[in-house]
Amino acid sequence: MFAFVLRRLAVAIPTLLLLIVFSFALMHLAPGGPFTAERALPPQVLANLEAKYGLNDPLWLQIWNYIYGIVVHFDFGPSFVYPDRTVNQLIAAGFPVTLTYGALSFVAAVVFGVSLGAIAAIRQNSWVDYLAVGISIGAQVLPNFVMAPLLVLVLTLWYGLLPGGGWSFSDPSFWIMPVIALATSYMASIARITRSAMLEVLGSNHIRTARAKGMPEHRVILRHALKPAMLPVISYLGPVFVSMITGSVVIDIYFSTGGIGKAFVDSALNRDYAVMMGVTILVGALTILFNLIVDVLYAWIDPKIRY
Amino acid sequence: MTKLFTTTALLAALSLPAYAVEIAEGDTLAENQTYTYWLLDAIKSLDPAKNTDVEGSDVLRSLFEGLMNEDAQGNMIPGVAESHEVSEDQLTYTFKLRDANWSNGEPVTAGDFVYAWQRVVNPETASEYAWYIELMNIENATQIVAGEAAPDQLGVRAIDDKTLEVKLTTPTPYFLNTLSHATTFPVPQSVVEENGDAWTQPANLVGNGAFTLASHNLGVDIVLNKNPEYWDADNVVMETVRGVTVNDNNVALTRYQAGELDRVQIPAGQFPRLKEEFPEQAVSVPYGCSYAYVMNVSDKGPEALKDVRVRQALALGLNREVIVDQVLQGGQKPSYSWTHWAINGFTAPEGGMQDMSMPERQEQAKELLAEAGYGPDNPLKLSLQYNTDDSHRLLAIAAQQFWRPLGIEIELNNVEWKVHTDRLQSQDFELARYAWCADYNEASTFLDWFRTDGYNSGKWSNEEYDQLLAEARTAEDTAPLYQRAEEILAEEAPAVFVYHYAKVDMINPEIKGLPRENLLNTWYAKDLYRAAE
Repeated sequence: MFAFVLRRLAVAIPTLLLLIVFSFALMHLAPGGPFTAERALPPQVLANLEAKYGLNDPLWLQIWNYIYGIVVHFDFGPSFVYPDRTVNQLIAAGFPVTLTYGALSFVAAVVFGVSLGAIAAIRQNSWVDYLAVGISIGAQVLPNFVMAPLLVLVLTLWYGLLPGGGWSFSDPSFWIMPVIALATSYMASIARITRSAMLEVLGSNHIRTARAKGMPEHRVILRHALKPAMLPVISYLGPVFVSMITGSVVIDIYFSTGGIGKAFVDSALNRDYAVMMGVTILVGALTILFNLIVDVLYAWIDPKIRY
Repeated sequence: MTKLFTTTALLAALSLPAYAVEIAEGDTLAENQTYTYWLLDAIKSLDPAKNTDVEGSDVLRSLFEGLMNEDAQGNMIPGVAESHEVSEDQLTYTFKLRDANWSNGEPVTAGDFVYAWQRVVNPETASEYAWYIELMNIENATQIVAGEAAPDQLGVRAIDDKTLEVKLTTPTPYFLNTLSHATTFPVPQSVVEENGDAWTQPANLVGNGAFTLASHNLGVDIVLNKNPEYWDADNVVMETVRGVTVNDNNVALTRYQAGELDRVQIPAGQFPRLKEEFPEQAVSVPYGCSYAYVMNVSDKGPEALKDVRVRQALALGLNREVIVDQVLQGGQKPSYSWTHWAINGFTAPEGGMQDMSMPERQEQAKELLAEAGYGPDNPLKLSLQYNTDDSHRLLAIAAQQFWRPLGIEIELNNVEWKVHTDRLQSQDFELARYAWCADYNEASTFLDWFRTDGYNSGKWSNEEYDQLLAEARTAEDTAPLYQRAEEILAEEAPAVFVYHYAKVDMINPEIKGLPRENLLNTWYAKDLYRAAE
């Protein structure tokens, strides 16, 4: 197992390097640049800007300098669009925000999704099942860009319960709406996957055996059914966790959280190369890390899997 | 020999002991003097040399103060400059500075302006607004930006701590009007040099404006508090100013209605409904931007658009009244001139197509097209490019429908902002949506755009037009020259002018002092107060 983890981590480094080189090249292929603006800059001003940020170097040298800066100084470069800040500062300001509401959403989605799915499967074809399936379909079809403004309308304007947006680490009332809006559709997907996996497991031989030998039903469900049923759920959760904690552009826009989800999309539209690369690398590294964690969890859940 | 040159506005302002806030009769001040307003996006920079946004400028006008300020009508009134003199050849301006302090208690000196302006043009700063100092025609600005002269060669010097001298390369009638722009604000040299790019962070920033920076959560909010060191602090009523970012305009409106914001822009198409429901809050005022479809007449453009008859037909065929009344619905005005109708001292030429009925115009457009060789057998096909935005899309669809009966087939081409801009600037388009906003309240800010060496993305060029604008630089009476220039634009139709902007907002009636007659919407938090209900 230890060797497996080491091997995977070793592969991660060239993977990230490839990601950097490809993203860098793709980004520079897009028309326009960070300083393309409504008022075309005088050529000399543009030249000064490009000289300052090293954008007039050949592409290979830019990539080299960029990687060198990261490896040697852990410096992800300056932002072109936010000239007062570096990419490190921007990510340090935005990532804790998305990490907070993303992780909370993840917990909410897993707890409610798994419970809903499991209960539905256990009481298959009863009203409980229909209700659970109904809720999860409803949650799935209500996209977060509809739900977010709806939440603000109801909870802020009509009932005056919660602030309509913004962010504060010290005041959880700012977290509630982003978490509801982000968790809902994930919860629905988790519930559906859990339900079908549970149904499959509940129909299998080892459950019949467990029941036949008189094991209490709660033990049958929790130990023998739920655990194996989690396998497909977990493979879904790995990438979902990463995409949740690295932010959702919809949540960031509607609740103005200042998170990096919007920063990422903006950086692409603004051609803010360094910010875009910084977030890409962050998302890439987290994806690799959590895929590894999922693989390790597999081995723990399913004794048939050995590395 | 210099002559004293003092504007009436200057005199009027000086004769009043307090002009920062004028509290209306019958108003009592609310206990809570906080103004919370809406920002669409994060403030990108608080460095006067690096800011490029209107929203950033709004904040900078509270944190810093330039030589001049604007009053509620957009007239220039003294800021840090108490008075000024102009030499007879109009090339040298001498400003006398008042006693004012930075927020750290240090005095504001002429040297602070010299440092700030040199910093903007210094290639090392790489300011995106270095062109602004060039626009002011300050001596050697262009050479310094180009790296051909040292920054200390800039035509600005401190005669003593309280006297600033500026030398221009050419008489510039709008020079004083440029001095309320954020790019020209002084910056504290010691603070900038000590902190580098981080000097604009709340812990470091030192300004000379009526407010100081309390906190700045990028993309969330920015909070300013009253600055006790400001020279006119006694006349500043507002204690706290808060800009809150809400990236979605409709959510922002909801939050305004929930009382979280005192001012918000009204989303497109909602003005009539809100005006009816909240007549005291929904406000539409002229705003100094002009919207047009630019035609590419360069070598890279389509053959058809090189024919003035085709361009005329396009201009004639667009029903601007329907666009303004049915699509935009926010108090915008149909435009037949490039210069915004409300620009100071500008009168649009009369006559022309605005006096014709729509059927007459369509008739004439068809004739022109037929003369140019286009008709049912040989339909004119053009593409219209616009950047991603709901209202641009609606307008483009409307234009397509208006031109269809003339036998013009328009292919709509939606691209993202950077691609749009890139193509405009490399003449890779046929027709393209464009808008220009005034830098200062004088017609040349619009008309310069179509000069042969102006931004002029369509590359239209006309000798007489260039000549007129050159003359206007030194002319006593510019109105007839600008009017003639607009006539040429109407005859030559290098673009289809569509509408002149309006600023359409919901404003909390308790907030007083927001200017409604300033075409550039230049507002100062120091002029505001909140009245008790």
